[in-house]
Amino acid sequence: MTATARSAPGTGPRNGAPVTAPARPRRRLRSGALVPWGFVGPFLALFVLCFVLPILYAVYQSLIQVRRHGLFGEEGRETVFAGFANYARALGQETFVDSIGRVLLFGVVQVPVMLGLALVLALLLESASAKWPGFFRALYFMPYGVPGVVASLLWGFLYVPGLSPIVDVAGTVGLEPDLLGPDAVLWSIANIITWLFVGYNMLILVAQLKTIPGELYESARIDGAGPIQTAWHVQLPLIRPALVLTTIFSIIGTLQLFAEPQILAAFTVNIDSAYTPNMAAYNSAFTDNDYNVAAAQSVIVALTAFVLSFGFLWLVNRKDRQR
Amino acid sequence: MTTTDVRKGGAASARRRTTGRGTATGAPTRSRILVTAILAVAAVYFLVPVYWVFVAATKTTSDLFDSFGFGPGEEFVLFSNIGEVLTHNGGIFWRWTLNSLVYSVFGALLATLLAAAAGYALAKYRFRGRELVFGMVLGGVLVPAAATALPLYLLFSQIGLANTYWAVLLPSLISPFGLYLCRIYADASVPDSIVESARLEGAGEGRVFLTLGLRMMAPALVTVFLFQMVGIWNNYFLPLVMLADEDLYPITLGLVTWQSYQGRDIEMYMRVVTGSMLSVIPLVIAIIVLQRYWRGGMTAGAVKG
Repeated sequence: MTATARSAPGTGPRNGAPVTAPARPRRRLRSGALVPWGFVGPFLALFVLCFVLPILYAVYQSLIQVRRHGLFGEEGRETVFAGFANYARALGQETFVDSIGRVLLFGVVQVPVMLGLALVLALLLESASAKWPGFFRALYFMPYGVPGVVASLLWGFLYVPGLSPIVDVAGTVGLEPDLLGPDAVLWSIANIITWLFVGYNMLILVAQLKTIPGELYESARIDGAGPIQTAWHVQLPLIRPALVLTTIFSIIGTLQLFAEPQILAAFTVNIDSAYTPNMAAYNSAFTDNDYNVAAAQSVIVALTAFVLSFGFLWLVNRKDRQR
Repeated sequence: MTTTDVRKGGAASARRRTTGRGTATGAPTRSRILVTAILAVAAVYFLVPVYWVFVAATKTTSDLFDSFGFGPGEEFVLFSNIGEVLTHNGGIFWRWTLNSLVYSVFGALLATLLAAAAGYALAKYRFRGRELVFGMVLGGVLVPAAATALPLYLLFSQIGLANTYWAVLLPSLISPFGLYLCRIYADASVPDSIVESARLEGAGEGRVFLTLGLRMMAPALVTVFLFQMVGIWNNYFLPLVMLADEDLYPITLGLVTWQSYQGRDIEMYMRVVTGSMLSVIPLVIAIIVLQRYWRGGMTAGAVKG
């Protein structure tokens, strides 16, 4: 709607232009220079409002402090430039630093496990040995349609002793797993994330596997390669772009962890209000009402995501060049 | 099946022969059973929580705690549970469902249109700043959505948008991934020559886009729409930050509110369980039915990516 309405100013004059327009492409005309901006404009305006401005605003907020004068601020407030004081305070909170360490540990274990699983399932589904691949593919992708909140509620019920049939079953063989215990709970969260996103990542990998030309399989066969060698030497190198893409999405997703631990926190005391960096930022903003530290924490999360994504890309590209 | 079949058929038959050659004669059947068994085990893992919630939603509160989770309870009270969810607190669950639908369907439709228009322009026009726009938006893919939600709330509360429908809708209208996909798809599937001839016939730029561009980009648009719709439907952090009024909540936020009452009111457990089940049904059906559309567009993205 908006797109067409906004593009009208750009297109209007040309509609009125004589039909005997020159055969040269119209976009080279001067007045045509505005046309693409008519198309891009609405998207760009919202992008600036919802991405660029908040980022700039967060950076600004993270660099200032509000000083209140008088006991309740009744003698006025002033905004002062604080340099990196908010960052120092954010990083001075032991819980915040711990939360970063926690999601990094989480990512180092969970991302490879999830993508490994996605890769194995994608390769099996695309192998000739798979029966009903369409059925299984749809089924594996199904959790992607379950909101993280609902998935956490469901798995939460499956973790809670007294309610959980999983704990009941384990009990019959003499095990007493404490799935919400202080050490286990992080991996219980990892299980929820894995459950939610294996199918999604698998689908991206399957999509790229389908682009591999049949002749390559043929020549691998002539060279005497078995299925595992074919996977390793033909399929894996050719779906590298998809693997890189899914890894980067997963790194960013891991740093943003919020809903799943927050929901599980209602089931256990072992998840505190600053369990992940995002929970810490949310807590700073809405419990402590300290937006400046919250902004600093948000910027730190975003920067970490950037550094890790680009670090990963750099590592991948460097390996490429060495080959 | 011959190797001159479509790509997949060719590959499949090639691999089938591979398995037959390298090992004993029984191998294809054996590997077929093994692979299918692994796939079935994985399927069980993905089904367990969904199966559990469908079983649990048929139980009474006491059965929920006392009976075996994967088995039936003493009584079958699914329909009274559903009735309880739909009528509790003046039928607010309906309201949340409607909100979720408005946010996700309306938001995804507009987001798709915006991404289509911008992606089309980036693919079909050469203009100053084109690569800058594209690069900036791609950078947006890497920015954690949760990192922008907090400052966005501060911004929106200053211009009076916080705690309104717009607070959730506006940020949902932007899909950097959608723009990326639309540009790549328009590049590959909307030929310059057709655009040119439409122009020569006197069609305005806007009409060329609406009548030709949109239609030729349709497969990518379906993908963008579906991804955006699921993304908005599943979103939790943004509405949590933006909304204070329960009447504006999407289902996700509503269920969490109910969950927070669980400690005080044990009856709440069944409402959370049954509400979860109800909220799972529409998107799971949509995903399974529409799953093939997910492929088409993503392939285009992955090939160039």
